[in-house]
Amino acid sequence: MERRCRVSGTLNLLIGLAMGLNLLALASSRLPTLIGAVAVQGVVLGVMPLLMEHQFDWIVALVALGTMAVKGFVIPGLLRRAMRTASVDREVEPSIGFVASLLLGSGGTIAAVALSRALPLLPEHAGSLLVPGSIASVLTGFVLLIGRSKAISQVCGYLVLENGIYLFGLLLIHATPLLVEAGILLDVTVGIFVTGIIVDRIQRAFDSLDTRKLNVLRE
Amino acid sequence: MMSFLEIVLRVAGWLVLAPLLPGIINKVKAWVAGRRGPPVLQLYYDLGRLWQKGVVLSTLASPGFIAGPAVTWVAIFGAAMLLPLGPAGAALSFRGDVLLLIYLLALARFCTTWAALETGSAFEGMGAAREVSYAVLSEAALITAVLTLSVHTGSVTLATMLEPAAGAGAALLGAGLFCVLLAENCRVPFDDPNTHLELTMIHEAMILDHSGPPLAAILHGAAMKLLFFALLLIEAVVPVGTLSPFAAAATLAASVLAVTVAVGLVESLLARLAFRRVPLLLTTAFLLCLFALLVAWKGGAA
Repeated sequence: MERRCRVSGTLNLLIGLAMGLNLLALASSRLPTLIGAVAVQGVVLGVMPLLMEHQFDWIVALVALGTMAVKGFVIPGLLRRAMRTASVDREVEPSIGFVASLLLGSGGTIAAVALSRALPLLPEHAGSLLVPGSIASVLTGFVLLIGRSKAISQVCGYLVLENGIYLFGLLLIHATPLLVEAGILLDVTVGIFVTGIIVDRIQRAFDSLDTRKLNVLRE
Repeated sequence: MMSFLEIVLRVAGWLVLAPLLPGIINKVKAWVAGRRGPPVLQLYYDLGRLWQKGVVLSTLASPGFIAGPAVTWVAIFGAAMLLPLGPAGAALSFRGDVLLLIYLLALARFCTTWAALETGSAFEGMGAAREVSYAVLSEAALITAVLTLSVHTGSVTLATMLEPAAGAGAALLGAGLFCVLLAENCRVPFDDPNTHLELTMIHEAMILDHSGPPLAAILHGAAMKLLFFALLLIEAVVPVGTLSPFAAAATLAASVLAVTVAVGLVESLLARLAFRRVPLLLTTAFLLCLFALLVAWKGGAA
């Protein structure tokens, strides 16, 4: 029981770190910082299944390693590569200002903590930050998707959103097959591949990655 | 009740030790840059020199030009007397003294800006406007930090609030208060104390037309404010109040030195932020304190 308490304490600390990284992602004004924040968040989330399992399990360990590798290194690597080859400007261009999005994100985080107290959770999940962390990440992802105009920062928003869904999935780690998670991970990677190619194309066609310019496209 | 000797010692400590801090910061900056730098006691020499000089008065200035720095100095000194020093307690302590502390700091700022506006120069008005607009944000962070301590201990008396420190949210609170310290004392990411470019000055712009003893009061007050915020930061993070008197004194001295060196390092390694980015950093400080408040609140409930 004591070990369990300690483990859930570490878990909450990690989720708190992930929430802090959400806010860092909202506040960062340079693309490399944003990508770095998302990468570290991916690694932090990847460690969690190892902490939640009571016995060492090969499949869980493999998935955790896979998550860490893909979210922490492969996807950020692809994004950095896309940024380099498309020679994008490093500035993030916000359509919702940094202070406003930071306030929105932290308001969302606080609301998530308050909301999760009202939700009828299982007693073993009541003290954990998994649900608030997940809702907060989803909200942060939305803010990033809506409030940033560059394609790469929108991809980062999508990744944060996916991290939120992943956190929620950890609640059901004993019930859902890990294949589902692996499937999501694969989808995300393919999505990043496609986006990387599209980013390059947008950059060539418009000389800019501003997705607002896509609004004026006509047949 | 405290003995007369103890109060004299405390007053002398605040008055004499405060100007040491800017000297240490400048020494650290010089050391990082590979220069020899001004002596650590430079501010004492400056204060002595300024005290002997006369005052140049603008024909526009009302008595507020002299009264402003004086009231500022007294207000900061009063705030310093309210701050408990570990197990030694405060010179003056009563229920709700934390509110008086916040208002004294606000009064000090009001009087500095008032004296700046008295000169009738547009330049100083600009510095005052900048100072006040940043103060809105840093004050919010400071009040949230105080609220965190208050919620954590369920008390509004500084001596009880600062005794057990912030507990679980201490790291968040410490980071937030360090940002507040830098902003309130016009240190580097917010303002550059060495700059003489009119476009980038905040605090220095406000005191340009002051001279002689009023300027000495302003400089000494600023040094006391720096010491005050360093002590507040330390006592909010480290449970100094629970230590034995000697250990507490040693901890306080070592931590003040550490904070001062940290300020010097920040100043050497970071560039001043662009004006439009400053609100973001201050909002971050506010949010750090806000999350510390949440931790204190939730930790209290569970």
